[in-house]
Amino acid sequence: MTALEHATEVVDPVPGTGAPHLPEQPDSGPEFVQLLTPEGERVEHPDYAIDVTDEELRSLYRDLALVRRWDVEATALQRQGELGIWASLLGQEAAQVGAGRALAPDDMAFPTYREHGVAWTRGVDPLHVMSLFRGNDMGGWDPVATGVNLYTVVIGAQTLHATGYAMGLQRDGADAAALAFLGDGATSQGEVNEALIWAASLSAPVVFFCQNNQYAISVPIERQSRVPLYQRASGFGFPGVRVDGNDVLAVLAVTRAALARAREGSGPTFIEAFTYRMGAHTTSDDPTRYRMASELEEWKLRDPIARLKAHLARAGIADAAFFDAVDAEGDELAVRIRTGTLEMTDPAGTEIFDHVYAEQTPDLERQRAEFVAYHASFEGEK
Amino acid sequence: MAVRELTYVKAYTEALHQLMGADDDVFVVGEDVAGYGGVFHMYDGLLAAYGERRMIDTPISETAIVGLGVGAAARGLRPVVDIMFMDFLAVCLDQLVNQAAKMKFMFGGEVRVPMVLTVAAGAGLSAGAQHSQSLEAWLAHTPGLKVAMPSSAHDVKGLMVTAVRDDNPVVMMLNKKLLGAKGAVPEELYEVPFGQAAVLREGTDVTVVALGRMVVEATAAAGTLAAEGISVEVVDPRTVQPLDTATIAESARRTHRVVVVHEAVTFGGLGAEIAAQVTDAAFDHLDAPVLRVGAPFAPVPFSPALENAYLPDRTRIAEACRQITKRS
Repeated sequence: MTALEHATEVVDPVPGTGAPHLPEQPDSGPEFVQLLTPEGERVEHPDYAIDVTDEELRSLYRDLALVRRWDVEATALQRQGELGIWASLLGQEAAQVGAGRALAPDDMAFPTYREHGVAWTRGVDPLHVMSLFRGNDMGGWDPVATGVNLYTVVIGAQTLHATGYAMGLQRDGADAAALAFLGDGATSQGEVNEALIWAASLSAPVVFFCQNNQYAISVPIERQSRVPLYQRASGFGFPGVRVDGNDVLAVLAVTRAALARAREGSGPTFIEAFTYRMGAHTTSDDPTRYRMASELEEWKLRDPIARLKAHLARAGIADAAFFDAVDAEGDELAVRIRTGTLEMTDPAGTEIFDHVYAEQTPDLERQRAEFVAYHASFEGEK
Repeated sequence: MAVRELTYVKAYTEALHQLMGADDDVFVVGEDVAGYGGVFHMYDGLLAAYGERRMIDTPISETAIVGLGVGAAARGLRPVVDIMFMDFLAVCLDQLVNQAAKMKFMFGGEVRVPMVLTVAAGAGLSAGAQHSQSLEAWLAHTPGLKVAMPSSAHDVKGLMVTAVRDDNPVVMMLNKKLLGAKGAVPEELYEVPFGQAAVLREGTDVTVVALGRMVVEATAAAGTLAAEGISVEVVDPRTVQPLDTATIAESARRTHRVVVVHEAVTFGGLGAEIAAQVTDAAFDHLDAPVLRVGAPFAPVPFSPALENAYLPDRTRIAEACRQITKRS
């Protein structure tokens, strides 16, 4: 059993408890940007050419494979009680790596809680992400140094932050753009629609990168939108593009173009990356309650990593030794993640009081002192 | 009445099941409530029983969900609106606080809003600062709203029945950490009246007024203290709006000492209101100032170690009771 098979093993729900659901497949027409078919065949698109070297292709593959290996390890660690929760990116690797690799150093990404692949491409240490999900770390990485904002949990709120950041870039005359991540579910939020309106109104240098992974927890996309999500952009007054989210080359090409357009002052773009959440919404969720195993099997045929691997092998860009080396590197990464996670110790209890306000308040000082005295009173009892 | 053991969450589901069976105007709307049965399994089986017309799954649009409830209630239906985590009230507060709560007042009494808004509140599951809050003080401060905080399976069912039959907007605060707690629940429909506190344990030395899950902790502390010779009376207000001040004050006059416990932050919490009410009604009977036990003035930490240190528990309640009884 491969890691993917193991991580996505499901059984059908009890008959009658949930309606079978198969997301409608987009046509492979010009409205759907694809540069690499599910079988790994390179195809051309009239608007989105991509010029990548063999070295870049191999490094894209490496990113996809390592990010998946990290994700599988994190899910396992959560199941073993070592993480509080984990939001798996399984199946969405190409969307995240493609978008992350499209960013220029001065651009700023605004992730949800699932963009581990974007964090990876920006050099955020996976152990830093793990420390957040383990509850070991009260805070996070340096958003300025990494160009990745901290994870935002309440659905869609980060789209407003990204739009505001883009307004700042605009006022500074900076040669940079903001990349706001969101899911299909977030498009139903009032805040997200306000972000889209503001971005359009101000022609702000922001790109909305929507990973349509087909579900808002259990609610399928048909229940959320009567039109393909990318078409909504025209109502706000800027371009929308639907890209094969499991095709890392197409995602890279489309996101690069949208970011370039934003940086040159032509305003926002809405990208719908059509993909599939192969795992659960988070480890708190049980997807077998609302979707069929057959649906997952169908999406495995469009696996983002398998198609790039097929292309690299068929075109002679990478050989078995390369793939073996990436696998070995993935195993080393998994060991580093597992060992590093297990070595994390709990934070000091007084950290509760350290980050409530910009400055320490007299009242919090008093509460902190009481807290210390209270806990000291138990010393020697255990 | 036939009585059996049910979990807190099953008591909620049973109440809704029976209410929906008895009244076609009752329906449920929210994210993941129908097909999935609710992220906390609060609605398991209701889609099969009542169909999609009355079990409505929605997009992630809290404002629209509550707004739908307000409109449906204004036209005479009895919507049960679920917005999952209580923290998400912040996303849709206008519909609740400015619309639902004030509609009868601002429409000169022409319109009523018999809506129930169910939320999962409380910490202790390492769900992080945006999925763990207890925000009853925000709501109890809003004229027009009622707020129920059941602490047992029995009260979940009885308060839910009262809530659905009430002609005002009611927020049902289910406690996430109590969902699996079992208790005796009558099979039939019954009401637990609003504004009527329960004296769960009688005592003579100190009154502990506890909200939500803290009732369980206070009861445990009372057991420990009994062995030390401190007799604790445990009072559960069950609803904080309306608040049964009379029962609390009557208890205070007998025990002469009051400790108030909630898992919300202490500052500006219901503990302050209850302390003031006790002072007004029973000042001459008190042997010590009212003590409050609540969370520190910080967001709920995600780290299990920090969250554990942050939350009030039976140990801290017992300590407060020892402290207050030493004073006189």
